[in-house]
Amino acid sequence: MEAVEAKHKSQKQDQFEGVDFYQIDDLLSEEHKLVRGAIRDFVKKEISPSIEQWAQDAHFPYEIVRKFGEVGAFGPQIPETYGGGGLDYISYGLIMQEIERGDSGMRSTASVQGSLVMYPIYKFGSEEQRNKFLPKLASGEMLGCFGLTEPDHGSNPSGMTTHFKDMGDHYLLNGAKMWISNSPKADIAVVWAKNEAGRIHGLIVERGMEGFSTPETHNKWSLRASCTGELVFDNVKVPKENLLPNKSGLGAPLMCLDSARFGIAWGAIGAAMDCYDSARRYAMERIQFDKPIASFQLIQKKLAEMLTEITKAQLLAWKLGKMMNEGKATTSHISLAKRNNVAMALEIAREARQIHGGMGITGEYPIMRHMMNLESVITYEGTHDIHLLILGNEITGIPAFK
Amino acid sequence: MKILVCITHVPDTTSKIQFTDNNTKFDKTGVQFIIGPYDDYALARAVELRDQTGGELTVLNVGEAETEPTLRKALAIGADKAIRVNAFPKDAYFVALQIAHYAKEGAYDLILMGRESIDFNGGMVHGMVGELLGMPSISPVMKLDIEGQSAKMAREIEGGKEYIEVDLPFIAGCQEPIAEWKIPNMRGIMSARTKPLDVVETISDETFSQVNAFQLPPAKGAVQLIDKDNVEELVRLLKNEAKIL
Ligand SMILES: Cc1cc2nc3c(=O)[nH]c(=O)nc-3n(C[C@H](O)[C@H](O)[C@H](O)COP(=O)(O)OP(=O)(O)OC[C@H]3O[C@@H](n4cnc5c(N)ncnc54)[C@H](O)[C@@H]3O)c2cc1C
Repeated sequence: MEAVEAKHKSQKQDQFEGVDFYQIDDLLSEEHKLVRGAIRDFVKKEISPSIEQWAQDAHFPYEIVRKFGEVGAFGPQIPETYGGGGLDYISYGLIMQEIERGDSGMRSTASVQGSLVMYPIYKFGSEEQRNKFLPKLASGEMLGCFGLTEPDHGSNPSGMTTHFKDMGDHYLLNGAKMWISNSPKADIAVVWAKNEAGRIHGLIVERGMEGFSTPETHNKWSLRASCTGELVFDNVKVPKENLLPNKSGLGAPLMCLDSARFGIAWGAIGAAMDCYDSARRYAMERIQFDKPIASFQLIQKKLAEMLTEITKAQLLAWKLGKMMNEGKATTSHISLAKRNNVAMALEIAREARQIHGGMGITGEYPIMRHMMNLESVITYEGTHDIHLLILGNEITGIPAFK
Repeated sequence: MKILVCITHVPDTTSKIQFTDNNTKFDKTGVQFIIGPYDDYALARAVELRDQTGGELTVLNVGEAETEPTLRKALAIGADKAIRVNAFPKDAYFVALQIAHYAKEGAYDLILMGRESIDFNGGMVHGMVGELLGMPSISPVMKLDIEGQSAKMAREIEGGKEYIEVDLPFIAGCQEPIAEWKIPNMRGIMSARTKPLDVVETISDETFSQVNAFQLPPAKGAVQLIDKDNVEELVRLLKNEAKIL
């Protein structure tokens, strides 16, 4: 057992220190900094030593679910009465930033549980549903997933075909969802499906219900430490009390996505900072032509641009957090930040990879893992282009989706 | 059981240390402050002992207002209340005087702190508090268990360990592996918001010593590698350049 443990643990020390060129810390409260420091320590202890191996082995470390629960990474923005943290949106953002600094797949697990499973149950669920599921989801005793995307309906979820029929004493659910984070290990799924009138509703489907299966999606080159799968509903009898009663229509899942995308806008900064931090250190140490490569203008340009983009993204995320706290943030505000920050992180990962030369393609450095992860992050929760169209619609009033 | 843990507010171990005012003042710009690592072990063990035996855990720091985030963190980790003695910690005796006074007032059964702080590394405060209170003071303690009114502990000594049993109350200077550092969780951070943090005044201004100036260690010189077969070159360099032969 010990030998196995040793194999999975990297000997390398995680020396990450954070990036704060514009003294943005002055905009944070002492509590925000305490939250960030705690999650940074958590990541260094529980994620950094093993993440490279998990990703290489495409292994989802299930025990992290409990640990996330203990540290309070699940639903920090959900009120304490339901087991959440009762923290504000900036704290939530900082938690996502720090976890994604470790790995986007680990952050995905936390995002889905907090924003896509706990949030809809809290916002649209009955009091019984809240009491039954939220404390267990918060503690990590239960893992949840969110089923919106279908094989034939990704960017266009309103076209979904998964549907349910009212059978008097229960609903009969049929259809399939695809690309669902956490699905293979989830205890419950918040599933979006149409009723007979074609209106979208949320249903809580529980593992063990007859006709419900969750096949895993294999061979991903991205988010390898997070598990992804399908949700298949073959005449699943869903008890009536499992329907989320308080909101229906596409707006309901989109509200969940707003909350998750907000977290991603912060998370991406984490991945970008890790790439920058690694590239800066490497550039100072790597000698070519008898000098550290950091002394060449082209490397300095890359580093200077990284720092500039990270700083801009930090300010964007902070202001968006303020607007979320005040209830003023709209879907398009969130789209702008998600789109900008994820693209920024991916660009930084690619540049950082080049600074690391050949070393950049190995698991010795986190770069290639972040880069591959970010390819999912730029696609899920609304693709890069779809967010552009959301903004286009905001500016012109003309939807260009169809 | 009433437990008191005294914590320091010290620069993070990776901080760049600089001085100003003719090397008489520590330059705090850009420096992150943390709970002293040894104090953090003491706190972690104290939280466990409090959870085992029930009772109350108080943390104390002698420091100015800027140390409050450090006390808040200790509350988030699990302390029930905090006391800040409002003064710059001038020297070990000054700090020990304040601690002894408030420790006596609180009638604690157990007073824990780190074996030493990591800023001045004096390692004297626990001994002085013991003397001032007329209680046993033991350091460095690496294992501590409480059974009723007595405590069993292991102390590190030159080349080995010493096992000691002592009656409460007493003072211990702690070090690893007495407990594992605790990371505050989000619920702990939330509840720390409303836990009491009392600010009290100093009892005496007496000090034993004062700092005249600080000096940084000399910068590390460049390393020159010499081929293992080239002993002559090594001798030549040691003679002519290092001038130590
Ligand atoms: C690792 C991973 C985890 C995921 N986890 C979840 C999850 O937990 N739950 C969930 O419900 N979903 C999840 N998804 C699904 C994700 O949200 C979808 O992949 C995403 O919405 C895109 O849908 P699609 O893959 O079907 O691509 P498509 O919608 O087919 O898009 C293909 C391309 O066409 C472009 N495009 C589409 N429509 C337009 C248009 N009108 N104008 C211009 N360009 C357009 C897109 O921008 C994209 O470039 C996950 C995906 C991945 C990769």
